[in-house]
Amino acid sequence: MPTATYDGTPVPVDDEGFFTDPGRWTEPMAEQIAKELGIDTLTDRHWTVIRFMRIQYVEKGTGPTVRVLGKTSGVSVKELYQLFPKGPAKTAAKIAGIPKPRGCI
Amino acid sequence: MGTHMVILGSGTAGTMTANRLQRTYDERDFRITVVDQDDDHVYQPGLLFVPFGLAQPHHLVRSRPQQLNTVVDYKQARIERVDLNGRTVYLGGGIRVSYDVLVVATGARLLPEETEGLTGPGWGENVFTFYDLPGAVGLRHALERFDGGRVVVDVADLPLKCPVAPLEFAFLADWYFQQRGIRDKVQLAYATPLDAAFTKPVAAKALGGLLADKGIELVTEFTLGEVDGPGGRLASYDEREVPFDLAVVVPLHGGAEYVGRSEGLGDELDFVPVDPHTLQHPEHPEVFAIGDASGLPASKAGSVAHFEGEVLVHNIGRFLAGQPLDASFDGHANCFVETGFHKALLIDFNYDTEPLPGHFPGPLGLPLLKESHANHLGKLAFEWLYWHSLLPGRELPGIGSAMPERGKRRAHA
Ligand SMILES: Cc1cc2nc3c(=O)[nH]c(=O)nc-3n(C[C@H](O)[C@H](O)[C@H](O)COP(=O)(O)OP(=O)(O)OC[C@H]3O[C@@H](n4cnc5c(N)ncnc54)[C@H](O)[C@@H]3O)c2cc1C
Repeated sequence: MPTATYDGTPVPVDDEGFFTDPGRWTEPMAEQIAKELGIDTLTDRHWTVIRFMRIQYVEKGTGPTVRVLGKTSGVSVKELYQLFPKGPAKTAAKIAGIPKPRGCI
Repeated sequence: MGTHMVILGSGTAGTMTANRLQRTYDERDFRITVVDQDDDHVYQPGLLFVPFGLAQPHHLVRSRPQQLNTVVDYKQARIERVDLNGRTVYLGGGIRVSYDVLVVATGARLLPEETEGLTGPGWGENVFTFYDLPGAVGLRHALERFDGGRVVVDVADLPLKCPVAPLEFAFLADWYFQQRGIRDKVQLAYATPLDAAFTKPVAAKALGGLLADKGIELVTEFTLGEVDGPGGRLASYDEREVPFDLAVVVPLHGGAEYVGRSEGLGDELDFVPVDPHTLQHPEHPEVFAIGDASGLPASKAGSVAHFEGEVLVHNIGRFLAGQPLDASFDGHANCFVETGFHKALLIDFNYDTEPLPGHFPGPLGLPLLKESHANHLGKLAFEWLYWHSLLPGRELPGIGSAMPERGKRRAHA
């Protein structure tokens, strides 16, 4: 299995770069992953989504789809695309250190 | 008086379940009540054919109670709310019904108003859906008037029922305009939120290949954000635009509204979460969901409801007898995909196995993932089977709930 190094720590990821062990993620890693994905600074709104993704993952065993995020995270689908232009569900899951959401293909 | 089973919804899944229960168990032990809001049972697969003049709208509709075994009690009423703790369903007109076992079969609801502009100016003029009867009829007239330009078929977002129906619409549109001799004046495009023509790689390749062969442009990862009827453009949330003269949109889907009003019953989209293999609600063991109403990661299709039904009816009996449930539903789905020119292909898959080439239900059966006239005849024969065999709750010989492995060809690494 491939690994990636964030914040000086190697972590296991899948072929597309999603964390396979969310327990290894730390907040400082998020900034670095976001930069790699073209998001220079993580604002409070980004963090609202990232924290929400992690809670959903713990509760449901998978990250939410964009539609569900728009309904439940307090951030509208429109704003989600402004925050994470290249596909909010996948990008936010990657930054939040959780596996690829099952609903999005 | 025995056990009271209440089935909410008398569409494909609810009707089949009521009749199957009635066939399977002794009626002295059971009382079955089915609730639906109207008396129009629409054969939904026929909606695909209405816009092309290949099906007559009034032939697709039959009375609901007439599809039910006569000992089943049919109540025509709007479901307002379920009180899970009190095991009571509240219906319009102040009626209350209490239950021992509840089966939620109220399907999926179309939510066109949730997409900006979709039901605004242009709706019913140059923007349509064929997912309900009035929409399909309106589209038929619009197609008759259409004599050239850009037609875009768009799936707003997942989940949707019968995920192959929009593709079939695109294939049939190609055929329809060729029949009318104006195919060279029509540009066809297919826009989808997926990253390919279909979800799973082998089928996506086969179906994507058909789109290319038929000269239908494929626009991927397009999640519909806004519809501008007068301006003739669809816009995605990531701000790409697809122009159209005629848009055929499959709107967002959600579960029935009352599910959202019933505390603890549904999820964010008002679908009912149930165990993917037993169909039982995780918190309320006397509650089950079947068909499009369930939040399962399976296709929302009549065929899936049929396969689920076999497991569900068996499990209701086990639940009442205090036995452990059978976790045997495997996500089996089976769809004919109409491709135009009197041909169709067939796909068969489940939670773990993607649609593969080969034959169904065994090596000597119908070809899978390959266009053939036999499959087209299969698709047409399905309507008769639906009314006379599936709804009455009869089993199809040789076709069981579990997905067959025989006849499938897996790629060798
Ligand atoms: C265009 C199109 C083509 C299709 N083609 C195919 C195909 O080729 N093959 C296939 O297998 N499937 C196909 N399907 C899908 C198939 O029709 C559905 O999956 C199937 O009908 C699901 O059955 P259901 O009982 O879950 O929902 P439905 O059949 O939709 O029934 C739900 C019922 O619940 C009732 N209801 C909802 N809310 C309330 C309320 N508050 N109070 C009272 N009653 C309520 C409704 O009136 C309705 O009768 C197609 C669907 C469409 C739209």
